Amino acid sequence: MSATAEIIVAVFILIGVFLSLVSSFGVMRLPDAYTRNHAASKSTTLGVMSTLLGTLLFFYFYEGIIHSRILLGIILIFVTAPVAGHIISRAAYNSGVELSERTVQDDLKDTKNIPK
Amino acid sequence: MRTNDIILQTVTKIVSFIILMFALHIFFAGHNNPGGGFVGGLLTSGAIVLLLLAYDIKSVANSLPIDFKIMVAVGLLFAVGTGVGSFLFDVPFLTHAFGEFTLPLLGKTHLHTAVLFDIGVYLVVVGSTLTIIQTIGEGE
Repeated sequence: MSATAEIIVAVFILIGVFLSLVSSFGVMRLPDAYTRNHAASKSTTLGVMSTLLGTLLFFYFYEGIIHSRILLGIILIFVTAPVAGHIISRAAYNSGVELSERTVQDDLKDTKNIPK
Repeated sequence: MRTNDIILQTVTKIVSFIILMFALHIFFAGHNNPGGGFVGGLLTSGAIVLLLLAYDIKSVANSLPIDFKIMVAVGLLFAVGTGVGSFLFDVPFLTHAFGEFTLPLLGKTHLHTAVLFDIGVYLVVVGSTLTIIQTIGEGE
């Protein structure tokens, strides 16, 4: 494995780890459930995808094979993780979890009162 | 409250097929790689549970008209049948055989009767898991 390949793999995995760390800081520091969910579902998705891409490239450079399962994992996480975030956030809103005090506008509240 | 589940349902349509394909892959890779009938069966029932979460229990029962209790029986029949089948060749119970065959489309293939036993395990796992889940889901 050449030095260039090692650097590429290391950069991808370090980016992934850094993004996961950033999202865990976001979960700790952000004020309410929705912003925390935003941090958790968005940057973790990219972080895990980046780590998996690094793993895929590692096995490609090291053993010369492309693991289809890692590729499938990247696609599956890309498709499912934002949907999971959406479902959790909507469940929180429908069960009446309050927004942060600094919220200026709640458009979804107005649409709920429109009679069908 | 009537909720609008269109995002979940659309994603389920795509993802459940990927999970089913991956379950088949895990099932057939079981001889030489990690996997096999148990994990493949659990993944298959996981895909059907995802359908149950996104849609209701009746529409899944309509699109998959399978009695899962019969599925358990068929799986046990497969497992016992591979065991009893060894008596036909005058060898002990559950003796397995294998060989190289040249199939028309797949070429040279290594076939083993343990796959038939694994199909039994797969059917029993899928059947029992979904029997449990549907029974709990239907109870008021």
